[in-house]
Formats: sequence, C-alpha cells, structure tokens
Amino acid sequence: MAELTSLGEAIATLVSDGDSVALEGFTHLIPFAAGHEIIRQGRRELELIRMTPDLLYDQMIGMGVARRLVFSYGGNPGVGGLHRFRDVIENGWPHPIEIEEHSHAGMANRYAAGAADMPCAVMRGYVGTDLIEHTTVAHLTCPFTGERLVALPALRPDVAIVHAQEADREGNVQLWGIPGVQKEAVLASQRSLVTVERIVDELELRPGGIVIPNWVITAVAEAPGGSRPSYSLGITDRDNDFYRFWDKLSRDRDEFTEWMNENVLGQEVSKR
Amino acid sequence: MSATASEVSAGETQTVVAARRLRETKTVFIGVGRPSTAALLARMVHNPELVLVYESGTIGAKPFHIPLSIGDGELAETADSIVSVPEMFNYWIGAGRIDVAFLGAAQIDPYANLNSTVIGDYAHPKTRLPGAGGAPEIAASCGEVIVIAPHAKRTLVEKLDFVTTVGHGDGPESRERLGFRGRGPTAVITDLGVLEPDPETKRLVLTQIHPGVEIDKVREETGWELEVSRDLQRTEPPTEEELSALRELLDR
Repeated sequence: MAELTSLGEAIATLVSDGDSVALEGFTHLIPFAAGHEIIRQGRRELELIRMTPDLLYDQMIGMGVARRLVFSYGGNPGVGGLHRFRDVIENGWPHPIEIEEHSHAGMANRYAAGAADMPCAVMRGYVGTDLIEHTTVAHLTCPFTGERLVALPALRPDVAIVHAQEADREGNVQLWGIPGVQKEAVLASQRSLVTVERIVDELELRPGGIVIPNWVITAVAEAPGGSRPSYSLGITDRDNDFYRFWDKLSRDRDEFTEWMNENVLGQEVSKR
Repeated sequence: MSATASEVSAGETQTVVAARRLRETKTVFIGVGRPSTAALLARMVHNPELVLVYESGTIGAKPFHIPLSIGDGELAETADSIVSVPEMFNYWIGAGRIDVAFLGAAQIDPYANLNSTVIGDYAHPKTRLPGAGGAPEIAASCGEVIVIAPHAKRTLVEKLDFVTTVGHGDGPESRERLGFRGRGPTAVITDLGVLEPDPETKRLVLTQIHPGVEIDKVREETGWELEVSRDLQRTEPPTEEELSALRELLDR
C-alpha cells in the first residue's frame, strides 16, 4: 500500500547508492523534482534507465550521479543535442560511465516485459543495424510461423520514479495526457515512487486517464510543479524557453556546475 | 504577386516540397522540426484530412502552432487518441498502420541508410549523436519513408560511421531478406533537390532540382558520385498559396 510521504523522505528510503533507477516520462510528466532530490542527497553509482535521457539525466550525469546509462534517445527534443550526455561519452566528464542503448521500440517492450514479469520481450527490430553488435539482443525464430524475431531482456529496475497530476489520500494515482511508459515502469520495478502535483480527497476519473492503484506503488509524495520545465497537462505548461536556454548553458562545464549549485543544490526540497 | 526564386529560401522550398508529397497520404508519422512544419503545411494547403501521428503517442493531433517537442501539450489536447509508447510502437508502427514516415539523420548513404548514433568510432566517438529513438522500427514498418536533411557533403556520405536505421541496406532485396514490411525510403528531400532510389539498383539518383540550383552544386555537395536521372525535373516553385500559408504557420 502506497505510503504518503515527503519527497526527501521517499528518496532517502527508496534510492540507495548503486541502485538501478528508472525516472520515466516521455516529454510529458518528467519527474524533475525527484531527480533533483537524488542529486541533493548525493546518490552515486546509479544505473540510470530512461528512454529519453532529456535535460533531467543531462543534469544527473553532469553532477556525477551515474555509473551506467540505459537509453534510446539522448537528445534535447526539438532543440538539439544534450551537452553533458555528449561530454561524458566523448570525454568521460565528470567520470566515465557505461552505456547500453536500444531503440524506443526495444526499450518500450523491455518495460512491458518487466511489467508482465516475463523474462524477455519478443519483437521485430534491430536487424540490419550496427546497434545489434553493441547491445543486448538475441535472435529467435517464432515456433509457430518460423518468422525471425529478436528477444530483449526484460527491464526490472530497483526503483521506478514517475510524476502524475494527482493522488488521493490513500495513494491511488491518476495521470492523463501523454502516458509514455510510466505505468509499465512502475509495474516493472521492485519499488516505486510517484510524485504528484496535488493530493485530492477523491480522484475525479478523466477520459483517457490512467489510474495506478495504491497497492502497486511504494510511496507517493506531493511535489507541486515537480515536472518543470517539462509539464503536467492541465496544470503546468512546458517551458520551451528553458529547453532552448539549457542548450546554451549546458555547453560549458563551469556554467553548468554553477547553475546546478545555485538552482538545485542550493534549493531546499520543501521550497520547490 | 508571384514568388520568384530569390524571394524564397532554400529551407522554405524544402518544406513546401515535403508537404506536396503528402497530398494523397492518409497517415503520416513525424518528428519535430521541418517534418512537422511540412506536415502541418500539408494539412493547411493540400490535405486537410491528413492524420498526424507523433512518437509521443498522439494520434490525429491537430496543433495550431508548430510544436517544439514531440510531446507538447497542444498535441495531447488536439489528438483523436493518445496511446502509451509500447502501444504506439507495437500496435500502430510495428503493425504497419502508418503510410508515410518523415525521418531525419546526421548521415545518409547512397542506399538511404541512416546514421543518428555517432560520428567516428562507437566506443570513442568524435561526436555522440542522440541515438536511434524510434527510427529503426519506423523505417522497417511504415509504408514508406521520406528523409528530410540538409544537402551537404558531411551528411550525404559514401559510407556511414554507424548504421542506425536500414533504408535499402546494400541494394535490391535487402529489405525482403531482413523481413521488413514497408517499402523503405522513397525520397530524400534536401534544400537543393530530391533524390530517389533507382527502382533496380536502389541507389539514390537525383530526380528533382529546386529552382535556381545548378546540378554542379548538387554534385559538389554530395559525398558520392551522384547519378542524375535522365528525366530530371525542375521543382515547381512554391505557389503564393503555399508560401503565405507556410509563413503564416511559422509566425504563429
């Protein structure tokens, strides 16, 4: 049963050094507040899993949180590259990390397999590409039709962290708008934290809304504005200017560090 | 007033040409940037029923503004249906339900294979690019692929540093051997012209050249010995209607 707790307490309890952690949210509902709290609490050696590393993992990698990165698209959507992500792979700054990369279809199916407690996902894909030489994928033949397919290991992170619009006081969560792989990530993981824009007395069910019941969630923490500069549909808007600003700021290691010190390390979680 | 070549930028022509390709299309899969602009322009000028599908899971999105990201709020608010990422890739893309996909790339080879992963060696890249995203499975399964890219020697290369996405592999029958359901790349639209695969060899051939562009310039900016179609067409300049719609769209 999900425990209603504070963000600081939830990260302290659920995320340990060395864990594999998936912070999900496909452009929408990206759990920035939770990622920032992981940085503030000084976690190290994490295996960071995320389809689209985006600005959040750029920040976490640049602050030295990661040991390994599992991903499918490391870009700043609509703007360009991710400079801290590039710097760590091209130059090993602030320290070298391992990478494992996939396609979006591969990552999505790996999460779905994890959610279904299957050992692997089966799909069409990867064949003919160079990616197949550099990642974890195996060929197999359909036992019924003989079609050649590929298998990928299920993703089973230690912790999933996602953001949603609201939860009720029992910790049932509802999110709406672009759903990404958040439900799959929560169900695939050993433990989970959902940060929410607001706690309500009763969830008002929305058309197309996704409800995640409290008995598959470990903890729920209120974090208003917790997806900024991403957005929570109906509550906050995507800060496109910040994504453009980040492209300029994050090119320089010192400017990046200074900005993070001032805007993340220097902030109290309670003030967010 | 009719637009002349000097009043129209190369990028505008590229977008207009891409939009014209969607006249008869039912469903188009698009990333951000110029492909998105072209698809919105197509809905305004050529094909108001065109269904826009974005990777974020928004099917039938009708944005008024050009979205910055594939997951902008306006896409979700205007979509006919919003689906999860696994559903998008398995039920919609993988099952071959999308007619046309627009893709970009940092490198394109003569068989329209694409690189968006690294420049240089994989383990020690000179430039680390974003990676595959949805491209490999999109290119395998959508009905056809239209590549949109700048025409430059460093983009159109004889050999890719990394094969992220298979176009026509190493030539005829490659796609069939790999079990792909879609027809693969049917055009590479650049700011200088349009390249299309030769029906027999599958190598890209220059079939269309934009207004005011010389063939020598196209050859110079292509990283391989470019074949020119005997039936080379001169791109019809953007009409007043296309241009004013495009400029209005960009001004929103």
